[in-house]
Amino acid sequence: MAKHETPMLDQLESGPWPSFVSDIKQEIAHRKANPNNVELQIPAEVPEDILGVLELSFKHGRTHWKHGGIVGVFGYGGGVIGRYCDQPEMFPGVAHFHTIRVNQPAGKFYSTEFLRKLCDLWEFRGSGITNMHGSTGDIVFLGTHTKQLEEIFFELTHNLNQDLGGSGSNLRTPSDCIGQARCEYACYDTQALCHALTNEYQDELHRPAFPYKFKFKFDGCPNCCVASIARADMSFVGTWRDDIKIDQEAVKAYIGGEIAPNAGAHSGRDWGPFDIQKEVIGLCPTGCMWMEGDKLMIDNRECTRCMHCINVMPRALRIGDDRGLSILVGAKAPILDGAQMGSLLVPFIKAEDPYDEIKEVIEKVWDWWMEEGKNRERLGELIKRQGFQRLLEMTEIEPTPQHVKEPRSNPYIFWKEEEVEGGWQRDVNKFREDHKR
Amino acid sequence: MDEVEARKTIVATLEGKKGKSKFYLKDFYAMFPEEKPRTIKNIVNKMVGEGTLEYWSSGSTTLIGLKGVGKQAGAEHED
Repeated sequence: MAKHETPMLDQLESGPWPSFVSDIKQEIAHRKANPNNVELQIPAEVPEDILGVLELSFKHGRTHWKHGGIVGVFGYGGGVIGRYCDQPEMFPGVAHFHTIRVNQPAGKFYSTEFLRKLCDLWEFRGSGITNMHGSTGDIVFLGTHTKQLEEIFFELTHNLNQDLGGSGSNLRTPSDCIGQARCEYACYDTQALCHALTNEYQDELHRPAFPYKFKFKFDGCPNCCVASIARADMSFVGTWRDDIKIDQEAVKAYIGGEIAPNAGAHSGRDWGPFDIQKEVIGLCPTGCMWMEGDKLMIDNRECTRCMHCINVMPRALRIGDDRGLSILVGAKAPILDGAQMGSLLVPFIKAEDPYDEIKEVIEKVWDWWMEEGKNRERLGELIKRQGFQRLLEMTEIEPTPQHVKEPRSNPYIFWKEEEVEGGWQRDVNKFREDHKR
Repeated sequence: MDEVEARKTIVATLEGKKGKSKFYLKDFYAMFPEEKPRTIKNIVNKMVGEGTLEYWSSGSTTLIGLKGVGKQAGAEHED
């Protein structure tokens, strides 16, 4: 019989989708049976108590978690988030229920052996409940007691060669797409840049440095699989400066039906014969493509790198050869002021080791935000408050047409007195000679 | 800036605050308006490492206070 009655949570299992309630019940059964005779370091009933406290929260319509905590591991000011239950006698298993953020491997590549070791550690010293992966990308260990924290940290860093991730007012765990490891669209080596910046900014990752959280995310191309443009204070999106490469023979093969569009991704249903006009040319957001006879033509000056044509005909169209990345800043989720997408700061920069130019931009942005940002103010909110023009000044980046989203929408560029001949002062009488009232 | 003096100023300022035990990093910057935030941040983090100060984190934000001061440590039996 269950330790706590959970009628409301049980209802969550009745829908058509997988349920976390079922997952936790599976873990309850596993911990009770303990088939591997693990010497559980925190009570076996932790998963039961987590369901119990959640059911009570549903019943009351209020949380039963207290806010935050002082716990951590020695030398680090992030990666561990203290959580305490305000009904410890009713739910002793989750009196302490601290979260540990584990820095996920770049591109989320890991072996099953590594995954098993993580799970074994968490079964031994934690609740056994994980979140694979949290929204920042970390592997999240959900729920352990204070005494286990240093033990887990030692095991991760000494035996699994694995660091903690970021939390609080730190640089958060940098996150990237699989990049050139698997994807031919990748315009730069996302994993190399993610790894280099993770190492470069260890202090910012592990100890609070900023007014609030700060996220880096790395997308190899404008398909933005990591959604950096929507989620990162600073997003690095791969792009190219020259022309899309066209294989006209492959274009003909797509038109002739010899190659499946979208690499066969939508083949579960008969969509009729491929129509290049309707499915590619007509959907180009800038209308920069046309057919001349049986040849596909592209006006690359008008291309905004939306990736649609390349996604539909990957064997006919390929990213250019002069590759690098764009840096966008200020995206965030809607806690204050609504959600914001990133604004373009650097239209194109080469991504070459040791990435000094990129680091220079990052550090100038940080210096400004650390100086001017209010408590709990994200970079995007500071940009809105002081203006994008101020950011351009602080980063010493010249305004360019690419900074303007659309005419008269976000005119970042205002003349200053020192930039205008004669300043703001003028001889009114002389002006009136040419301009009568 | 003399780091020893800066440490004394930080401790004295925090001890002088009544009714408040946790502070944002910006509150520390305000104690040294002439200094770069990065310099102060490094001193504060060093003082946490040495055990004079301690972090408190909600998960999204980090606050800093004198070690053992405030309700949290006692309330959670972490002292």
